[in-house]
Amino acid sequence: MSVHATEADTMHDRSVEERVRDFTEVDTGCTLDEAKAESERCLQCKNPLCVKGCPVTIDIPAFIREVAAGDIRKAAVIIKEQNMLPAICGRVCPQEVQCEGQCILGKKAKPIAIGMLERFVADWERQHGMVLPQKKPATGRRIAVVGAGPAGLTASAELARMGHKVTLFESLHAAGGVLMYGIPAFRLPKEIVKAEVDAVLSLGVDLRLNHLVGRSVPIQELLNYDAVFLGTGAGLPYFMGLPGENLPGVYSANEFLTRVNLMHADRFPVFDTPVRRGSRVVVAGGGNVAMDAARVARRLGAKVTLVYRRREEDLPARAAEIARAKEEGVEFVCCANPVRILGDQVMTGVECLRMEMCARDASGRPEPALKEGSEFTIDADIFIAAIGQGPNPLLISEIPGLKRGKRGNVIVDDDFRTSQRKVYAGGDVATGAATVILAMGAAKSAAQAIDRMFRQE
Amino acid sequence: MKSLFRIEKAEQIADKVYQMWVKAPHVAHHAQAGQFVIFRIDEKGERIPLTISAVDGDSFRVIFMAVGKTTTHLAALKTGDHIQDVAGPLGKPSDIAKYGTCVVVGGGVGTASLPIIARAARAAGNRVIGIVGARNASLLILEDEMGNACDELLISTDDGSKGFHGFAADLLKQVMAREKVDCVWIIGPAIMMKVTCEATRPAGIKTFVSLNPVMVDGTGMCGSCRVVVGGETKFACVDGPEFDAHKVDFNALMQRLRMYQPEEKESLERYQAHVCACHGGGHHA
Repeated sequence: MSVHATEADTMHDRSVEERVRDFTEVDTGCTLDEAKAESERCLQCKNPLCVKGCPVTIDIPAFIREVAAGDIRKAAVIIKEQNMLPAICGRVCPQEVQCEGQCILGKKAKPIAIGMLERFVADWERQHGMVLPQKKPATGRRIAVVGAGPAGLTASAELARMGHKVTLFESLHAAGGVLMYGIPAFRLPKEIVKAEVDAVLSLGVDLRLNHLVGRSVPIQELLNYDAVFLGTGAGLPYFMGLPGENLPGVYSANEFLTRVNLMHADRFPVFDTPVRRGSRVVVAGGGNVAMDAARVARRLGAKVTLVYRRREEDLPARAAEIARAKEEGVEFVCCANPVRILGDQVMTGVECLRMEMCARDASGRPEPALKEGSEFTIDADIFIAAIGQGPNPLLISEIPGLKRGKRGNVIVDDDFRTSQRKVYAGGDVATGAATVILAMGAAKSAAQAIDRMFRQE
Repeated sequence: MKSLFRIEKAEQIADKVYQMWVKAPHVAHHAQAGQFVIFRIDEKGERIPLTISAVDGDSFRVIFMAVGKTTTHLAALKTGDHIQDVAGPLGKPSDIAKYGTCVVVGGGVGTASLPIIARAARAAGNRVIGIVGARNASLLILEDEMGNACDELLISTDDGSKGFHGFAADLLKQVMAREKVDCVWIIGPAIMMKVTCEATRPAGIKTFVSLNPVMVDGTGMCGSCRVVVGGETKFACVDGPEFDAHKVDFNALMQRLRMYQPEEKESLERYQAHVCACHGGGHHA
């Protein structure tokens, strides 16, 4: 399942010695000459598979053609036609299983580094002045978008461009959702998020920060809008239910990352929010969030061990992020699972059990099972549970008649419409925790469906 | 985009205790008894929860004691200053119903949460008895307001400098000995709530406490505020902040409240040194 990190993924990375001390971006990006040279390798397929692999259907060959020709402005216009957050997507999309994974050149050799090119174009545009896409005339329709993460921002941008009046509600003090609180600055600098959020807002989207819908905005007021899009994400952290899990020193990945990414606890006491700086940190989990938590902990000066219950080849994180975490000195202990947090007043260690790989489960991976009697202890003063997040239950449990699935997700049809006629939902709140770009793809389709609903009325 | 919320009125009401009216229609128009807000004073600020103590038009009131860096900074703000971010109302409202006779017990600055609960309980048809306790008379707050909000008000001080010489828990026991009590709210420091709720446990009287663990987002997304209630982990920000007092693991709560003690001390000392360097003047944090 896991795809190997290619040279293109990490060739522009800053040195380990330098980057492990700071939160500045690891990948420095490519030069214009490199972007042009890479673009010239593109075969300009008549039936481009890369576009089929892109959840927001960017006309990839067209923008690459412009890069090869040196017209970066035009390349940016082409990308923005489909995606208002390209500097973000160029950095955090799993291109290796999407556009680049489909690239015909990848069958025999290296695929085109589409993510690197998208990022290059977006960064160039940001430095040379952003141009906003065209907007249709005002329709007079009012839409409430709930949650200013990847899904909410995308839905807002699409709907605003269609001429609808969008009010975007965000419970935190900053827009961006997981892009702000979850993904660390060394992967996604926050000024880049702010710039792309500002671009969305300049389409005429009315952002209301500090508004928790269901509390600051009553449900009835929400349902009075002509349509509602729920993009409230998967922010409910799962804990493991281990003995000792409420001891000081035990964090959810969400809390640990929020303290550092959103609240800047790495700069305490200049910023007021503290975070425990452990000398030894254990992270449980194997996804991108686990890699982020481990790499943040390294930057705060700790020795970090990542414990994952399946085999190394099963790690669900992006190959490049696994490679970077290893380079930065994160120790990986696979086929093991924490069973107890040790300590009295504060935590002192994590007791783990080895895991045996048994028959393959529904996902095609071997099912891990605890190997009795294989206990071992890792001394640690911080434990971070990065085992996943569920949909935020708060709002969706209060909207009457909203059908939900077993895992708490909102059930939507092919048009991303919920069981409430005017309420649509997309992204992690509908699918459970997934990727930024899948949320954006869903939000875009939902926006189109909302627009169709208006025209059929 | 920046939000800014104007402080309509700021004043000291007791030793180290301050009250502040803040204009925030999205909070004031929807706030109910028992709910709280999250403040972030400025760009470098932390997010702290404060109980909504009263509502008037577009504004709401919080009452706090200046104990740490953020509350000390907040206490230095004056009428006309602004808070950068105010999120809320957050948390579940108090479980107001017609119980019969209710007693609301406040310890120290926790008394701030009581008037809004007392009024709601009274509006629901309850007889409401207020008990306000403090270490000494200079720390007593909201006597007049509580007197108006309750059918009867009792006062205790630990040192006997005003009212009953003893603890709020003793007064609560006296009331219970005198008449049938159907529902009790106890709001104050964790140790006070832990001790006081023992008074109602033997008789099995429905008792609520409002928990005050460390929070970050306040919307159920981080788990910093997790508390153990009835053996289960709950998030105080969305499952509470009020819980059945007799099911709360107060020791676990107090253990987690101490988690950042060294950092809190460092932050406060740094702030005080900074304020002194500026001759006690304005803040340039």
